[in-house]
Order: sequence, then structure tokens, then C-alpha cells
Amino acid sequence: MSIDLQTVKKIASLSRISVSEAEAQAMVPELNNILGWVEQLGEVDVTGVEPMTAVIPNHQRLRDDVVTDGDVRDKVLANAPQAEHGFFAVPKVIE
Amino acid sequence: MTELTDLTVAEIRDGFRAGDFSAREVASAFNANVAAAKALNAFIVETPEKALEAADAADKAKAAGEAPGALAGVPIGMKDLFCTQGVQTTAASHMLEGFMPTYESTVSGKLWAAGAGMLGKLNLDQFAMGSSNETSYFGNVISPWRRGGGDNAALAPGGSSGGSSSAISARLCPAATGTDTGGSIRQPAAFTGISGIKPTYGRCSRWGIVAFASSLDQAGPMARTVRDNAILLEVMSGFDPKDSTSLDLPVPQWEANLSSDLRGKTVGIPKEYRPDGLNAEISALWDRGIEWLKDAGANVIEVSLPHTKYALPTYYIIAPAEASSNLARYDGVRYGQRDLPDGAGLQDMYAATRAAGFGPEVKRRIMIGTYVLSAGFYDAYYTQAQKVRALIARDFEQAFEQCDLLLTPTAPSASFALGEKQADPLAMYLNDVFTVPASLAGLPAMAVPGGLDAAGLPIGLQIIGKALDEQTVLNASLAIEERAGFAARPDKWW
Repeated sequence: MSIDLQTVKKIASLSRISVSEAEAQAMVPELNNILGWVEQLGEVDVTGVEPMTAVIPNHQRLRDDVVTDGDVRDKVLANAPQAEHGFFAVPKVIE
Repeated sequence: MTELTDLTVAEIRDGFRAGDFSAREVASAFNANVAAAKALNAFIVETPEKALEAADAADKAKAAGEAPGALAGVPIGMKDLFCTQGVQTTAASHMLEGFMPTYESTVSGKLWAAGAGMLGKLNLDQFAMGSSNETSYFGNVISPWRRGGGDNAALAPGGSSGGSSSAISARLCPAATGTDTGGSIRQPAAFTGISGIKPTYGRCSRWGIVAFASSLDQAGPMARTVRDNAILLEVMSGFDPKDSTSLDLPVPQWEANLSSDLRGKTVGIPKEYRPDGLNAEISALWDRGIEWLKDAGANVIEVSLPHTKYALPTYYIIAPAEASSNLARYDGVRYGQRDLPDGAGLQDMYAATRAAGFGPEVKRRIMIGTYVLSAGFYDAYYTQAQKVRALIARDFEQAFEQCDLLLTPTAPSASFALGEKQADPLAMYLNDVFTVPASLAGLPAMAVPGGLDAAGLPIGLQIIGKALDEQTVLNASLAIEERAGFAARPDKWW
């Protein structure tokens, strides 16, 4: 599989990272180089192997569905680039 | 008299308890070294007042006859990946510049509760992505080591915990925290002639640590001796209900049970770790390590880990995939930087914020991760990598049916000059070839210095143990430490 300029722009868009034309062009060989190298994994016979999801056997812990934390609105908002009336503020999304 | 800043954690702890010196004297001495070492760029934020505050509390408690905490009187450095309440935490990124956590990470909180003081927040590779400390937004960390013969080239302290390794090796702190995703504790330890241990995945809580790749990230200590690592690891470990991957198990008394007597233990030497073209000095050190462990009473056998060559490509699919997901949270809304071009909508704000806030290596990894997780490629890349990861873990399980621990080199070479490998991301990734497999399998692994190469730079050995068997890892590392007699230190130029 080889990545072209259009694909790089598409990945950048999916990643929510704006890239200039020159940046996208520079990334084409870089990403191809790395992805070409990881493609060697295709040669490993994985018949009957389950994908690993946890390295150490561990049980999912459950707890009662009750509020254990909270009431820290000001702390949550303390680092927001913009907060108004106790909410995070973002550019208008609906005209 | 020995300088206070030359003492180990154990010596500081014991000397403070014995009344040989006050905690304030220790903190002041380290504060002075930190202030005089700007040339290393090891710290992003210095907190001398925090170190003095903890020291005064320790001195006061001692005067009142209270029992001292495990680290009372010991100042340490904190990798700037750990959230520290009220102290800027950036992960060495522009994205989080100015971020002031309103909470404390579990691991750092445990260290302060044990009496440790904070000298400052240590520089690292941006979002822990790098092997040389050249990706920090706050500039490169410089290793205190230099090649002999008047070569003044600035060398890499390793990465990502390069601020930690540089600071410990230069006596700016007796110990520091690190985090290890694919070798980020062990490789910088090897480059700077110190030791560090990545414990079993789940030993240390990840809560409050800026996430890189969640199934791999694990905190651990870095220090100049194996004993000091055992002391810190005991404090840092333990169950945390706030981290769903935290192991609900008691923390062993690693320091009290330290022993370099390896009689009855079998050491495996993985043959796949000696590829053609392995650096001759690294290879020779490995052979010396084998003799040292035999001398400590261990039986040595050759073992095979057949999927070793696939560990790095597996890692460079899984880690970026998890990173692309974890770093989605940096969107300019809740914290960190916001870049809002004139007239921009929400999507434009996300894209502009992330373009301005992330460095090139972080963008590269997010984009690789996004690609391997995208529709049409998920199974070919990500699922395949998860399956190969299972085979790599199985290799270790099978090897550990024959032996108790593994001995390997830590890094394929000694430290290199800054700038030397930056042009080729792939060449940089190869630095983690010996450390990544244990990370993928979640196993405890430790780097310990073994000697100097012909240029006078430290080279190290790695001990890998069975899951939850940090004790054997520490014991074997102690056996090497005793026999290697590594006492070299960098000549002060900074």
C-alpha cells in the first residue's frame, strides 16, 4: 500500500490537523517509509491467534452506580481557553 | 566530607534520620545544583520553594518526634508528564503550555505523602514521543556526558525521560520519576549511566499522567543505584481505584528483600537479541554481564524469542493508534492552547489548534495512528498488530518456562550526538529495539549501567523478569551493579 498526497490530506483531515500543501507533500515519503516498514507484520502467521487486549490478566471492576465525585465546576473550567456562565465556550456552530 | 548532592536516596534518607544533616540542607544543596545547570535544560519549571517546603515539614516532624515517611528529607525531580496540582504541567508541548492541573497524579501524590520534595518539573520528549529529547517544545535536553578527547558535541540524554536521566546523572537530583511506553525509562538510563525500572504494567497508577499509549504506559523510578530504585518503586506502586488497569495487589517489600545471591536462578539469553552487526562493544558488555550473573550463582542458558524482529513494527502501530485516540482530547476547548483564526468555525478551530499545538513527531504519530485505525485498514494493520503482540507475549511466557529472568543489552549503542538521527524517524525508532518487546508484554524490566565504551560513554544492560517478579529483576540488577563497579560520572562542564 502506498500513500499519496490525497491520502495524506484525508488523514490530516480525519486527525483534525490542518496541514499546508508543503507539509502534506513532505509527509508523503515519511509516512510511506514508516508504513512500508510496518507492513512486514503481514508475513507473520497469526492463524488462530486472538488479538491481545490486555497484557496482564485483570478483572473489570464494577461499583455501585452512584455519584462519588463532582461539584467541582470551577476546577473543571479553570484551564479552559474560554469559559462563560459556567460553561466551555466555542465558536458559534449554528447560525 | 562528601557533598550532599553526591549521596544516594538511601544515604540521604538514613543520614537525615540519624541527624547527620537537616532536610533543608539537602534541599538547598540540590536547589543550588539545579540553578547552576541551566545549560543542560533538564527542567521546564524549577520549584525550589516546593523542595524547601517539604524539607521544612520533614525537619519539623522530626523535631516533634514523629515517625519519618519513607522519603522524608529526600528531594526528587518530577517528569513533566505527571500532573502536579498548581504547578505547570506541559508534557513538553506547546499544546499544554500554561496548563495548571487542579489535581495531583496518584504517583506524584504518593511520593509527596512519603515526604519527598519536588525540585521541579523535568523536560522530556513532547508527549513522551521520542528517543533523544529532541522533540520538546522547550528545547533539547543535553546529556552531561561528553565523548573523550576534547569532543564537545552535545549528546542525547535518551528519551523520553531525558530530563530525568540528565538531571540524575549530573547530580541535580538523587532520583526522579520516569515513564516508559517503549523504553522511555530504560534507554535514557543507559545513555547516562544510571539505573531505572519499568515495573509490571498496572503496578503504578496511570491516573493523572498525561496519556500516550494507554496499554503500554507505565511509571517507574530512575536513580543512581538499584537500592534507590527499589525504595522509590515501593512508594510509587499500589492499587488505585481511579485507574481501571491498576493491579489490586499488595506492594512487596522490594528493598528489604534485595539480595544479589542468584543461586538457584536461571538466566535466559535470547539469541534473537544478538543480530548480525550488533555493536561490538555492546556485545562484549553483554558477555561480561553473563559472567557477572554466573559469578552471582545463576545458571545461564540460551533461549529463543522467535517474534522479536516484529516487536518494533508492532509497537509503531499500536502506540500511534492509541496516541491518536488519547490525543484527540486536545481540541482547544477544555484546556491547553486554542488557535481561532478569524471567522473560523468549530472544525477549523480544532484543526488550527492542533496544527499549532503539536510538534512534527506528535503529528506524525497521530496521523499514522489515524491511518491504521481508519476504515479499510483497521484489520490489516491494527488487528494484525494486536495478534502479533499476543505472539510476542507468548514467546516470553514460553521462555519463562525455562528460566527466571532474561539478560539483554538496553540500547543498540551508546548515546549519539543531538541532530545525528533526527532526519530519519525510522532510524530513531530503532533505538528502542531491545526495550520495546518487554513493554508489549507488560513485563518488569530494568536498565543498569555496565561500563563505558571506547569514547568514554556509558553503556547498559537490561534485565527482564516475569510479570509481577520485580524482586528478581532488582536482585539480578544488584548483582550486576556490584560486579560492574560502575563509578564513572560526567566531568562538570555546565
